[in-house]
Amino acid sequence: MQPEEMKKLQSDYLKKLVPYIYGNCPIYKKKLDDAGVKPDAVKSIDDIKRLPFTTKIDMRDNYPYGLFSKRDNLAEIHISSGTTGNPTLVGYTRDDISLWSDVMARTICCAGGEPGDTIQIAYGYGLFTGGLGFHYGALEAGLKIIPASAGQTARQLKIMQDFKPKVIACTPSYVLYMAEEAKAIGVDPAKGNWKIGIFGAEPWSEPMRKEIEQIWNMTATDVYGLSEIIGPGVAQECTHKEGLHIYSDVFYPEIIDPKTDQEVKEGESGELVITTLTKQAIPLIRYRTRDVVSIRYDKCKCGRTSPRISKIKGRTDDMIIVRGINVFPSQIEHVLLGIKGTQPHYQLIVDRKAHQLDEVEVLVEVEERIFSDEVKKLNEFAGIIKKEIEAVLSIGVKVTLVEPKTIQRSEGKAKRIIDKRTL
Amino acid sequence: MKLTQISVFLENRKGRLYDVCSLLGKNNINIRALTIAETESFGVLRIVVDKSDLAVKTLKANGFVANLTDVIAVEVDDKPGGLAGILKIFADSDINVEYMYGFVEKFSDNALLVFRFEDTDKAQKILTDKGLKVVTRKEIEGL
Repeated sequence: MQPEEMKKLQSDYLKKLVPYIYGNCPIYKKKLDDAGVKPDAVKSIDDIKRLPFTTKIDMRDNYPYGLFSKRDNLAEIHISSGTTGNPTLVGYTRDDISLWSDVMARTICCAGGEPGDTIQIAYGYGLFTGGLGFHYGALEAGLKIIPASAGQTARQLKIMQDFKPKVIACTPSYVLYMAEEAKAIGVDPAKGNWKIGIFGAEPWSEPMRKEIEQIWNMTATDVYGLSEIIGPGVAQECTHKEGLHIYSDVFYPEIIDPKTDQEVKEGESGELVITTLTKQAIPLIRYRTRDVVSIRYDKCKCGRTSPRISKIKGRTDDMIIVRGINVFPSQIEHVLLGIKGTQPHYQLIVDRKAHQLDEVEVLVEVEERIFSDEVKKLNEFAGIIKKEIEAVLSIGVKVTLVEPKTIQRSEGKAKRIIDKRTL
Repeated sequence: MKLTQISVFLENRKGRLYDVCSLLGKNNINIRALTIAETESFGVLRIVVDKSDLAVKTLKANGFVANLTDVIAVEVDDKPGGLAGILKIFADSDINVEYMYGFVEKFSDNALLVFRFEDTDKAQKILTDKGLKVVTRKEIEGL
């Protein structure tokens, strides 16, 4: 599509979107009123800069349905853990599911999957959007689906051997983990049947890509998405692997300086902000993803003219992603606060041993009111913390009690997260 | 009579036990009895010392987490079945022992054992009723 045609399409969508949310979502009505924007004043996609931002805090504060523009006749909802307290709820109408199917079909084809191919989906099915997003896309694109879901590595490998799926979709750390498991049971990953990998839900690097491609003898591509926007299916690398094609016809991207909120120059790094142009249930205007990327608008070798975002270069907040799950230090604080009334010093250590899955250790300083001469009471205390953190994060953690003042503090403030992973 | 035990939280790493003991040594505090309960990542050092108030103050001033627990030190016949005899009394009286350990020295022919009870007051009463020899604070201080 020519740039002018694309701009016209985006403008047409935005002209419809703003009055739609203004009329159907009281929270957005207030936001737009506060920003002094009259819905019918939006004439072109360039007017988007006048619209207010939406943040994860807006989603949390207006849980469950506050940010929805359509609340009845929903087809599906997904719930993920929020930053503190309330989880994040997203919902889809039937048309939204069609949109999701469409962008995910584009994603699978962009990676090199074709109708008639078999895809093994090893993202978790359930409240996590990964599994079902790929499922809808593969269905739409006409692939044969093996809905393996996450985990059960031996079975994943047997499926690979018995059914020879060309495409594997899972987290990048999991595919490396599976390589180790394969070797352990005498299967040579280089002779594996997966030829195309679609990896995402956690940040990964070029060296990791090389490693995956070498070990598995496959093409490893990066998929980007977030449940607030749709789930997986916001952007995807083609086989040239020079940036992720973002579906800007439906998810309008802006890259801004998070300090000034102004757009950065093409190629410069900044925070990715996305407007969902056509969603119905919970359309979001200028959603601050907190992911740091750069963008380019030149035509790709593959022929696609859609803009391309870089791999995620970082975050503008302190969120980390562990095994595909978003983790905020504030969630840990919330849990600790709930256990003893006041909050002990703590630190999260995330590590990934070679070809293993991420491990999270939570160090908690033992203060006097926690301390007991009885080991069983200390173990009980650690056990409660473990149980409650695991309930909030949905991932296993190890809780270690440490002496006071042993957690490193910088400028009086404790460093909450140590990420030792080499991606 | 109840005695005061000091419990100290220790991470399971080199030199921590030394740090505590040298600190007490420098302040002329003598350890009378000690035991360590250890787990994979941490330990709890439990000690009975001659100057418990000073010991706690010093430990806390040096950044250790320490607290005080009431324990009872009982003289036990230093012969086969000596300990069993006293444990039978506790068992018959429905008294639960959380943990116990021995003294470094003894000040008679009898062995000296420290008991941490679930219900210290009840245990003390039974011990008095049975006429068993319980070590006093003064005795510990002068040991």
